[in-house]
Amino acid sequence: MTSMDRILVLGGGVGGTLTANLLARKLRKRIDRGDVEVTVVDATGAHVYQPGFMYIAMGGERAEKLEKRERALLDRRVRLVVGSVERIDESANVVHIADGAALPYDHLVIATGARILPESIEHFETEAHHFYTADAALRLRRALDAFTGGKIVIGIASMPYKCPPAPLEVAFLIESELRERGIRDKAEIHFASPIGRAFTIESVSEMATPILEQKGIELHTFFNVETIDPERKVVQSLEGEALPYDLLVLVPPHKGQQFLMDSGFAPAPGGWLPTDRFTLRVGGRKNVFALGDATDLPLSKAGSTAHFEAPVVVEAIVAAVEGRVPNGKHAMYEGNVMCFFEIGDGKGTLLQFDYDHPPRPPKPNALWHLGKIVFNKTYFHTVPKGRV
Amino acid sequence: MLETTSAATRTIDARGSFCPGPLMELIRGIREAQVGDVLAVLSSDKGSRVDIPKWIEKAGHRLISLTAHDGFDEIVVEKVR
Repeated sequence: MTSMDRILVLGGGVGGTLTANLLARKLRKRIDRGDVEVTVVDATGAHVYQPGFMYIAMGGERAEKLEKRERALLDRRVRLVVGSVERIDESANVVHIADGAALPYDHLVIATGARILPESIEHFETEAHHFYTADAALRLRRALDAFTGGKIVIGIASMPYKCPPAPLEVAFLIESELRERGIRDKAEIHFASPIGRAFTIESVSEMATPILEQKGIELHTFFNVETIDPERKVVQSLEGEALPYDLLVLVPPHKGQQFLMDSGFAPAPGGWLPTDRFTLRVGGRKNVFALGDATDLPLSKAGSTAHFEAPVVVEAIVAAVEGRVPNGKHAMYEGNVMCFFEIGDGKGTLLQFDYDHPPRPPKPNALWHLGKIVFNKTYFHTVPKGRV
Repeated sequence: MLETTSAATRTIDARGSFCPGPLMELIRGIREAQVGDVLAVLSSDKGSRVDIPKWIEKAGHRLISLTAHDGFDEIVVEKVR
């Protein structure tokens, strides 16, 4: 046993970085006295603003603008270890890193996000475009530049996936772009959803479905991608529907991190952490928390979710360090999420909700579109540093 | 012991999961099942009693039963194709 409280944060994305910085702020004196240590472990040491990828494909964004050194975003009191987590040894409260290092912890925060697995569907990587990496988004941009007409299929290979509005946003933005380029009449646009409506949340579906109709985008429900036929250029669903394409845009399958399954923290095959919806504790463990895309919570896998969850994890850990119970407005997570939603033609709307209050998106206007652009441009100065 | 009504090949306990979780769990189960297998999905999300039968119809499988239990529904489906 040590008298020091060792707080280990796995993942240097939105959730991990914000959690570490808020902990450093709240526990500043204890860290300076050597009573508390906050360490972030990140696989690459680079912090990437993933919501910007869509704008590489759709809005002239550049990949280099979406990445900063994690060290530059972290409070100087936070230690950064760059390395891949191999496993968590729960019996010893130790995290093992691929280079052989062993990091002991008293409090563990898991913010390791989601992985994309395009390779899990045969021919996905050669036939389908997506916008879940900077490179893929750039390839999609080039394919759109080369597109002069034909069938565009936009769909979701499986659920859950990051940034739920993104595929609808891409459909709306592509439709707008084709109109602006004067080739809308040469294109058919199809939107394929794995569930019985356009979007998981009913109120958002009710907002989006008439917009799909108005834009002439054909909605195909219960379309779970089964195969891609590169010869015939057809994507086939498990439900037996076949959609021919000239340009195929699919959200790739997602999973949680493999080491979480290997360490017995998350069940296979999904790898999502069983997380208490209010306390954000993992699997009933007192000293292990999860936030962001890594959880199994019935919420958007989005930076916004992690942004609202981080103060709750921080309050729980600070309370444990101070020997009290969590209190105040961050004592429990209420399921708060806020996402901007692009509609196309320079308009957007806002999805704001929690566990008890579904979103009631306002009528799309230019303000919410601009809000999203400003948020994206100022992200590195605000969110990871806990300024908003 | 869980009391359900079916003699299923496999039971998928999706209780506590929210829409579209139970449907996605069933879809995974159907992918792994053989034609003729009977799957029971247990869901505490009220949306499942509408969404899952609709999906079964669209996917061309056979809805055997939908039974309301205390706090959850049990939907039994046969994989037909």
